[in-house]
Amino acid sequence: MNAIPKVAVELDERSRHLRRRIVRVLEGGGRGHLGTSLSLVEILRVLFDSVLRYDPKNPKWPERDRFILSKGHGCAALYAVLAECGYFPVERLDTFYQDGSPLAGHATHKDMPGVEVSTGSLGHGLALATGMALASRRDGGAHRFWAMVSDGECDEGSTWEAALFAPQHELDNLAVIVDYNKIQSLGRVEEVIDLEPLAEKWRAFGWGVREIDGHDLAAIEAAYAGVPFVEGRPSCIVAHTVKGKGVSYMEDKLLYHYRAPRGEDLEKALAELETAR
Amino acid sequence: MRTAFLDTLYELAKADRNVVFITGDLGFSVVERFQAELPDQFVNAGVAEQNMTSLAAGMALMGKTVFTYSIANFPTLRCLEQVRNDVCYHDANVKVVAVGGGFTYGAMGASHHATEELGVMRMLPGMVVVAPADPIEARAATRAIVAHRGPCYMRLGKAGEPNVHAGPIDFQLGRAIRLRDGADLTLISTGGMLGTAVAVADRLAERGVGARVLSMHTLKPLDEDAVRAAARQTAAIATLEQHSVIGGLGSAVAEVLAESPDARVRFRRIGVPSAFSERVGSQKWLEQQHRLDEPGVLAQVETLLEGR
Repeated sequence: MNAIPKVAVELDERSRHLRRRIVRVLEGGGRGHLGTSLSLVEILRVLFDSVLRYDPKNPKWPERDRFILSKGHGCAALYAVLAECGYFPVERLDTFYQDGSPLAGHATHKDMPGVEVSTGSLGHGLALATGMALASRRDGGAHRFWAMVSDGECDEGSTWEAALFAPQHELDNLAVIVDYNKIQSLGRVEEVIDLEPLAEKWRAFGWGVREIDGHDLAAIEAAYAGVPFVEGRPSCIVAHTVKGKGVSYMEDKLLYHYRAPRGEDLEKALAELETAR
Repeated sequence: MRTAFLDTLYELAKADRNVVFITGDLGFSVVERFQAELPDQFVNAGVAEQNMTSLAAGMALMGKTVFTYSIANFPTLRCLEQVRNDVCYHDANVKVVAVGGGFTYGAMGASHHATEELGVMRMLPGMVVVAPADPIEARAATRAIVAHRGPCYMRLGKAGEPNVHAGPIDFQLGRAIRLRDGADLTLISTGGMLGTAVAVADRLAERGVGARVLSMHTLKPLDEDAVRAAARQTAAIATLEQHSVIGGLGSAVAEVLAESPDARVRFRRIGVPSAFSERVGSQKWLEQQHRLDEPGVLAQVETLLEGR
């Protein structure tokens, strides 16, 4: 594995603000995947803030770029970003996990403007994005397609079926971001099914690959600006992230893959996210 | 049926550049014309049916009408969750097409026997399920599922089946086609069993037993009116399918009958028991083994008529 320069990344106010929202979304729902929603905040916000072409007032605008959160369990972050981007009122976030709400615990497209496809079963999103990219390419479209997968999702064979297919068709309008936070459901990735050397695997499958610190805004921006990394090939960004990033006692802890914050936990998390550290 | 399907699809694709055909690396010597003449509408997904199905859904969400194609178990059971979540949940305009329905590939072994997929596909929300009986129906069904916006599954047999219909048909999704009429019995057939159903009806007619024959080419939405009419107007109903008696045509018809309070009709599902065929053989041989050939069906119908 290539060594990633560890930058002492200090979260800026927008990153902390989004995290406070995510924590409150999950608190309101009483359930959900917190750690996994906190690891992807920066890679998601940069994408929506400065890369994707979209129109929140016209969510089905045909010329829009498509983002697919293949790791659908990280949807609290996506919902928060979409609300912030103006797709729907932020108050709607309070209905997460509630009876009768469209805000399911895994990303869902029904009555949710901005959510391109429903995910939650792992291993579907990259192939869906690949199909979209192929259709656009064949029509001479100018769209770009971004899929975010989890590291655990790289256990799914279907992820690698898509990984084989996309370079064959030279889909350089497609990029995948691996939110590599190193923890999956029952343990550390290296102890469950070791993915290393992960970047080498994608490279061997024919992708242009770059590894970055997934919390470093400048590195993320530079990576996105460099896509496609190799002309005629799809791009893979292996984003090294920290599960539970931003809340000291949640960081890199398996427990917070699942746990929704409440009580003292919640107060402490929000307090930490109030101020820069 | 395979040739009828591919020829019709080729014509439809030539007329509409948004019609796309994805094969799971299947169709040697029959898909080459499509590939050569319509390369932008042809995809070989390789031996990767999960990806093929998600890919199809992705293309459909960009406005394409997408066909996936392989031997019956591969585009259905192998990638069932992709069909359910990516195609059906997104109401994606994907047409899953399988060749080798039932025991078409009998000698290839149980892995290639397609005897559960109709039932499985029928359960999926929003899925239209079609099993044409002969090349004439296959041509009409191909046009009908392209005209219908949304997920469809179509089960085909192989190449070279004879036509059962004598001439042009009025094919509508969800509407059974009547080939014979009689008051003693209704034979409801789906897929390639129609020829046997007609032959059995003709044998019965020789003895003065009148049988109605319905081609139930669409399993979902089922022509419930035709089933209820058969229950009212004929004394017995037998369903005929090269599929498990669980979940397919027999189950679908039984569901309608069970919920029709005035239905007083003797009923039998003729199909494949819920068991693997461990001995392989030609389709003809396996039909004999399962009493799905003409004498076998006739014998089963006789017991039904005798009330045994």
